[in-house]
Amino acid sequence: MLVDLLLAILIVGLAAYAVLGGADYGAGFWDLTAGGAQRGARLRGLVHRSMGPVWEANNVWLILVLVVMWTCFPRAFGPLMETLYVPLFLAAVGIIFRGFAYALRGEAASISEARVIGAVFALSSVLTPFFLGCALGAVASGQVPAEGDPGIPFSSWTGATALWAGALAVATGAYVAAVFLAADSVRVEAPDLTIAFRRRALGSAVVAGVMAIGGLLVIREDARNLYDGLTSGGGLAMVIVSGVVGVLTLWLVWSSRFEVARYTSGVAVGAMLAGLAFAQRPDFLPGELSLQDAAADDPTLVATLIVLVLALLLIVPSVAVLFRLTLQGRLSERFRPIVTPDDEADR
Amino acid sequence: MSSLLLGWVPVLAQAGDPVSQQYLLEARQMQALSLGVHIPLVCFGISFPAMVLFVEWLYNRTGNPTYKALAKRWSKVMLILFAVGVVTGTILSFELGLLWPRFMEQWGEVFGFAFAIEGLFFFLEAIFIAIYVYGWDRLTPRMHFLSGIPIALAGVGGSASVIAVNGWMNNPQGFDVAANGEVTDVRPLEALFNPHVWHEEVHMYLAGFIVASSLVASVYAAAWLRGRRDGYHRAALVVPLAVLCLAAPAQIVIGDWAARTVAEEQPTKLAAMEALQDTTEGADLTVGGWYVDGEIYGGVAIPNLLSLLAFHDPNATVEGLNEVPEDDRPPVAWVRNSFQLMVGIGTLLALLGLWFLWGRWRRGALPRTPWFYRLVVVAGPASLVALISGWFVTEIGRQPWIVYELMRVEEAVTGAEGIPVGYATLVVVYLGLYGVALYMLRRLARTPPEAEVKAGPGDIEVLP
Repeated sequence: MLVDLLLAILIVGLAAYAVLGGADYGAGFWDLTAGGAQRGARLRGLVHRSMGPVWEANNVWLILVLVVMWTCFPRAFGPLMETLYVPLFLAAVGIIFRGFAYALRGEAASISEARVIGAVFALSSVLTPFFLGCALGAVASGQVPAEGDPGIPFSSWTGATALWAGALAVATGAYVAAVFLAADSVRVEAPDLTIAFRRRALGSAVVAGVMAIGGLLVIREDARNLYDGLTSGGGLAMVIVSGVVGVLTLWLVWSSRFEVARYTSGVAVGAMLAGLAFAQRPDFLPGELSLQDAAADDPTLVATLIVLVLALLLIVPSVAVLFRLTLQGRLSERFRPIVTPDDEADR
Repeated sequence: MSSLLLGWVPVLAQAGDPVSQQYLLEARQMQALSLGVHIPLVCFGISFPAMVLFVEWLYNRTGNPTYKALAKRWSKVMLILFAVGVVTGTILSFELGLLWPRFMEQWGEVFGFAFAIEGLFFFLEAIFIAIYVYGWDRLTPRMHFLSGIPIALAGVGGSASVIAVNGWMNNPQGFDVAANGEVTDVRPLEALFNPHVWHEEVHMYLAGFIVASSLVASVYAAAWLRGRRDGYHRAALVVPLAVLCLAAPAQIVIGDWAARTVAEEQPTKLAAMEALQDTTEGADLTVGGWYVDGEIYGGVAIPNLLSLLAFHDPNATVEGLNEVPEDDRPPVAWVRNSFQLMVGIGTLLALLGLWFLWGRWRRGALPRTPWFYRLVVVAGPASLVALISGWFVTEIGRQPWIVYELMRVEEAVTGAEGIPVGYATLVVVYLGLYGVALYMLRRLARTPPEAEVKAGPGDIEVLP
């Protein structure tokens, strides 16, 4: 029971990172594909503005996931890190590159510098969620042995399911980001950007949806146990919830209700992750290590739970203040297009 | 403790034979590099918000726009350093698992929840730093000041929980080891409040104030020497120097307490710190000098001083390195020389602080001689050297153990290949990261301070 509760918290943390962090990375994806002309500058300006005050805070979710994992499920964390060290190290490096490429956006002194910085920002925005998704897919498809195996640094995360999960992580991030940015463009009263991001949200929703459903076929071939889990019981229920809420979000975006769509898109992603957890129950590392065996003793679980409840009590009101101030526009940076030397040359 | 010692053999048997990791030393260096990159930022997290808030409080009291310009400028510095700290801290979270999976696997449940507390503080810090820095001129002065207080508290609380884990590694408790070698009956609070925690917390807390104030003062002392002596630069120099003149002398008292705790809890580490080969009654202390291969070159030996300092009794017996097998001894040269460096620099910083205090007291002004400012310029980097040396003493002095007397580093390290590749990658990445941070700070410094006050709410470019 206690173990299930902490697993649920782990899933919530993962979902929050997938949605908020994913939106962050997805914004980088739209930056990558924005084009170089005047329109691209406005898109990039919005990406920059929207991420300004809160972008560091999103890493909190990733750290929450890591901490809950090593404290509450240490016997899964050890082998997982030892086996999947290649994608996880690459993701960590991607996080750094993204951090400083973001800080240097619009700072380039020459066209070639601007291109390099832009490329680093965009590439790290795509590769980081990809590698994290691959790692998650590798765990779900039972590629991590209970005793850990550093001898399979590549084959462990390059199976069909893992690669699919990586690609899906990029697609969902892009989709969530488009929804968030569409909502933001309404706030800064930039109708041209609203149209642009609405179109991107709808497009990426379809891509992510098709990938999610198509993925079931991949999983059926590659990881039969996972497939069975996803098509029965709690796993199936979550897949259905994710699908229904996903379609609902699509409709909300279609009818330009972006603010609500922000939340429903989060629910759709969260349900997808919960589905994975249900599918591999009662195991933490499928076929290798049960949740119970991976878990720490009760006192540790209780202590962690108490800290997390305290955190909730302190953080929820704080986040509420931050969001209220942000929504009132009292913290936001002024919107301005990101002008690169490219554009200066155009003028 | 002795029952634990008897129990540790089966623990290791259960964890499997140590993997062969030919790059153990590189793995340790990689971890040390990441911590060394992160710790200076922690110092700013501990102390800088308090300094910024103090200057803002001065502004609210006096209405002098110079103070506002300074507080606002410093808050941007704080944000840049926080952002860098978030990135390096995230890397550290990954690295603990990537480099030491067996350490996390076996002991994560004992100390891990301290990191949950750290995460809580980090979250609060991220939220309020955004409100504070982006809220200049948009919140009422009172609300704005209040929004900064959680940043100061979170910086202290977050680092405190991580230091608790370090204390635990040096002084593990809060669990039993069962007959089959499993860690059982975990008592997380007991692990958190281990005997090493208190002096480590206070020592690091003061170090945070000393390092951040020295570095900040160093920057403005350089400006002072170049002739920038307006009210803005004066305030920017006096505030950190005031912090330094309080924290650096206090650190000497705390250092004594820390050393006495180490003498009791980790006699081998103390022996390494003083390069004491054999257990001695009424042991001497050698001040200064450099230790190479069992010899101290230079330095002044003061009879019975080590016994006096460690146990407050000139004839007390101090355990030497000979008490433990050679395999269980830390590399003495690193520990001993680092300790000398830390104590030496710390003492000089305290004297510098007293010089400043003397000037304030006698003449109510900053010292006139340029030599004072030249020394302050050097004090910044020197304080960093002292900080890293201090951590060398704690961490290299803990070797060969990752969990003191329970798990050796070679039993904890990953079996993964490619550690040199990861190490090289991180070196490049950290150079780039610090390069970017310095570039942003320098660009911030090029904007005249008046711009901070003149800017209207709509014109703020918070992160340049």
